[in-house]
Amino acid sequence: MLFGKKHRSEDETAKERQDMNRSNREILFVTYIFTAVFVILIGYVIYFTAIRSESFINNPYNNKRAQLLSQKVVRGPILSRDGTVLAKTDTDADGNEIRIYPYGSVFAHSVGFFSQASIGVEAIANFKLLSSDINTFERISNDLNGIKNKGDQVVTSLDVGLQTTAYSALGDRKGAVVVMNVKTGEILALVSKPDFDPNSIDEIWDLINSDTVKSPLLNRATQGLYPPGSTFKIVTALEYIKEATDPGDYVFDCSGSFESKGVRINCYHGQKHGELDFETSFAKSCNSSFANISSGLDKRSFGQTCRDLMFNGDIPCPYSYKTSYVDMNKNTEYGQLIQAGIGQGRTQITPIHMAMITSAIANKGILMHPIVITGVKNTYGQTIKSYGSKEYGRLMSGYESRYLRELMRDVVLNGTGSRLKDTSLYEAAGKTGSAEYSQDKSKSHAWFTGFAPYNDPEIAVTVIVEGGGSGGETAVPIARAVFDDYFQ
Amino acid sequence: MYTIFLTLSKYILIFLMAIYTIQCFSVFRLPDISKRDGIYIRQDIIMALIYLIAFTVMYLRSADTWLLILYALTQVTFVAFIMLYRFLYPEASKLLVNNMCMLMSIGFIILARLNFSKALKQFSVALVSIVIALVIPYILKRFKRLRRFYMLFAAAGIIALGAVLIFSTAVNGSKLNIRIGGVSFQASEFVKIIFVFSIAGMLSCMKSGYRIVIATAAAGIHVMLLAASKDLGGAVILFIVYVIMLFIATGKFLYFILGTAGAVVCSIAGYMLFPHVRVRITAFTDPVSSIDGAGYQMAQSLFAIGTGGFEGMGLMDGAPSRIPVVEADFIFSAICEELGVLFGICLILVCASCFIMFMNIAMRFNDMFYKLVAAGLAVTYGFQVLLTIGGVTKFIPLTGVTLPLVSYGSNSIMVSLIMFSVIQGLYVSVRSANGTER
Repeated sequence: MLFGKKHRSEDETAKERQDMNRSNREILFVTYIFTAVFVILIGYVIYFTAIRSESFINNPYNNKRAQLLSQKVVRGPILSRDGTVLAKTDTDADGNEIRIYPYGSVFAHSVGFFSQASIGVEAIANFKLLSSDINTFERISNDLNGIKNKGDQVVTSLDVGLQTTAYSALGDRKGAVVVMNVKTGEILALVSKPDFDPNSIDEIWDLINSDTVKSPLLNRATQGLYPPGSTFKIVTALEYIKEATDPGDYVFDCSGSFESKGVRINCYHGQKHGELDFETSFAKSCNSSFANISSGLDKRSFGQTCRDLMFNGDIPCPYSYKTSYVDMNKNTEYGQLIQAGIGQGRTQITPIHMAMITSAIANKGILMHPIVITGVKNTYGQTIKSYGSKEYGRLMSGYESRYLRELMRDVVLNGTGSRLKDTSLYEAAGKTGSAEYSQDKSKSHAWFTGFAPYNDPEIAVTVIVEGGGSGGETAVPIARAVFDDYFQ
Repeated sequence: MYTIFLTLSKYILIFLMAIYTIQCFSVFRLPDISKRDGIYIRQDIIMALIYLIAFTVMYLRSADTWLLILYALTQVTFVAFIMLYRFLYPEASKLLVNNMCMLMSIGFIILARLNFSKALKQFSVALVSIVIALVIPYILKRFKRLRRFYMLFAAAGIIALGAVLIFSTAVNGSKLNIRIGGVSFQASEFVKIIFVFSIAGMLSCMKSGYRIVIATAAAGIHVMLLAASKDLGGAVILFIVYVIMLFIATGKFLYFILGTAGAVVCSIAGYMLFPHVRVRITAFTDPVSSIDGAGYQMAQSLFAIGTGGFEGMGLMDGAPSRIPVVEADFIFSAICEELGVLFGICLILVCASCFIMFMNIAMRFNDMFYKLVAAGLAVTYGFQVLLTIGGVTKFIPLTGVTLPLVSYGSNSIMVSLIMFSVIQGLYVSVRSANGTER
């Protein structure tokens, strides 16, 4: 009746016909509504399968299905930004597949490995590497001939040169280096040490997995939580810029320490900075002056600024990461407020998060969505998907970011980052940090986070060296090596 | 030969299923009945081919002789069912008979793959149910005074649901089953059918001006008893069925609007009142982050569908057993994983064609009681399909209902077959009364 012809028997009375027609109208209406919902459901299932499913299926809980796929597909290669092979699968004469990492331990955490567990791009792109986007007929023909299909190639934003430079510059020390393109959000290099050789992951697995002292499996760049030390003064300065009527009016006389309401803060190694304004307080990284600044900040507003900078919450990190933490809200105690202001106390941050904040400052306040996978190609090099850069969001105003850029430039010109000064290749800006992490106040993690060129920033570099002492002495030279390589 | 067959079978199954599905809809366009018969026979052949190929693949992969026995038993049953229906009720809708067999075939294929003993148990219940299904049209033809017993139906429904609430023990937080003589009955499944009869009777036969009030009260008690037993899927289905039956009986759009608004209010109330509803909403909004708990089942279902993709992993090449309760509520995910999402979409379309056919039949009656029964059962069926498939694909929150005729479950398969047979019975009576196809 719905689609077919309508016939009517003769003996129906007019009344009956009317009645029937009336409720048939309602039945038809309900039929159309339900049919529409069926169609929408089908549309949704297509949308889910074609688009949404990709982000779901790449999950460690779905490893069983990844295994099933790997019986039919040869895991595809992982490429650097210029197409250099960072990981590939070779099949030997006996048909055994071997995963090869030509750069060995250089990309241990960024490209990762695929074994009992998987990390890095190998983990993030697991199902992409196990998909074979060649045409259906070729796939069927391969199946018929018992040939395994070749998996897609995953193209990353990683730069072999920068990664190698950062890797060598960090040397044998524990720590991490993150290099990001501030305009695109591309992660150019990501180093974590101690490292391991992913080529022999199966042999060394038990050893490194149980090594809780050095924890070589931990990707310190994204999962290492460190006290930010003086690099957090970027956040404190931002809050001060927001609150103060004119930060230029600020003056402070540093006698090597700050004391208020029973809280005492010392400058690094007890140094006396003397007469300071806001800019020189930042450049010389004066703890006493920043303790003084923090003491007058509004805790609720400070907390909001921290949340704007993605503390205590999610960060747009493609790798698995830990959440940075700061205790800052209207109930925060006075002592913690002062400690937080200089990046100590109960404050912890991951290097990649610091790199994101730095990128946003360098990119006029806007954070580009950090990415490491930029595209997928099939085995013949035809592009299947490309992931362009997109904005994550504005973390601060344009004015605030410019102010911070000026402060950070002054760190290089007149402050603790002077080891970046004497070069004609680029003008760098940044902030050092020497973060105390134990009862022994003489020990500190060396931090540097910065960007270059100052006038039109392109890259951000974040460095941490565990127990490296002074940021200016230990971390800055590593950043310098990366900048030199990029701008040479 | 062996590899060629296994490789191509996946695509052949999708192709055959697509043709079957297209024919489900093309019959509506043919007014000439004799031409329709040709389509029905082609559908039967396609169905037999799909069944044969699927079981051959599974046999080649597993070398389990029991599969062949199950294949033979079920295939003979389907042929016998189709032949007997044609012989006993030449006026019956052949499309519905075919679809019943197609849906059961898909069910047996995937059940045999997932859990052979459950497939066997399903077969034994299906066999009994098919006998009942063959008798129901005859009973409906003989007992035309069924409509007078609407109060009895309502009372029976309320007593059954009340008994479940009081006597049964909760499984996974919900009270669903009651055991009588060693057999476990899920009362809400059976109540669905008599509920439709009682409401249809009240709305079409009662002379009282308060018929709407009485019907609403009866429906309200049913829904509240189900909600109290925490059988939310059942409660939601009966609620919607009542609202739509009321709308059709009165023609008042206001009831439709009020009903929809009521559904929204009840959903919010359900969310506030029941912790297990909140758990399901969490699993719905973000299954992956709650994968260690509430979201596990949902996430596994999405993994299955997503990994299988449009063409599927191939029969016995996936990992559908990783989804908890895969044979019952999540059977659609297993079908998508191994036979492909394209196959799954065809399955949705076959279900939709059943629904449209039900509504089509409802429109043929002059008699309001039959109209309401047919439309009520149609909505019961259509809504249940939408709930279960929408639920497992994360289109809507999960309600935990089965896919009629496909899912494993003694009560589910029996009630679904009875539901289809009731509609067939009504169709047979209207067509034989009119003598010809109208």
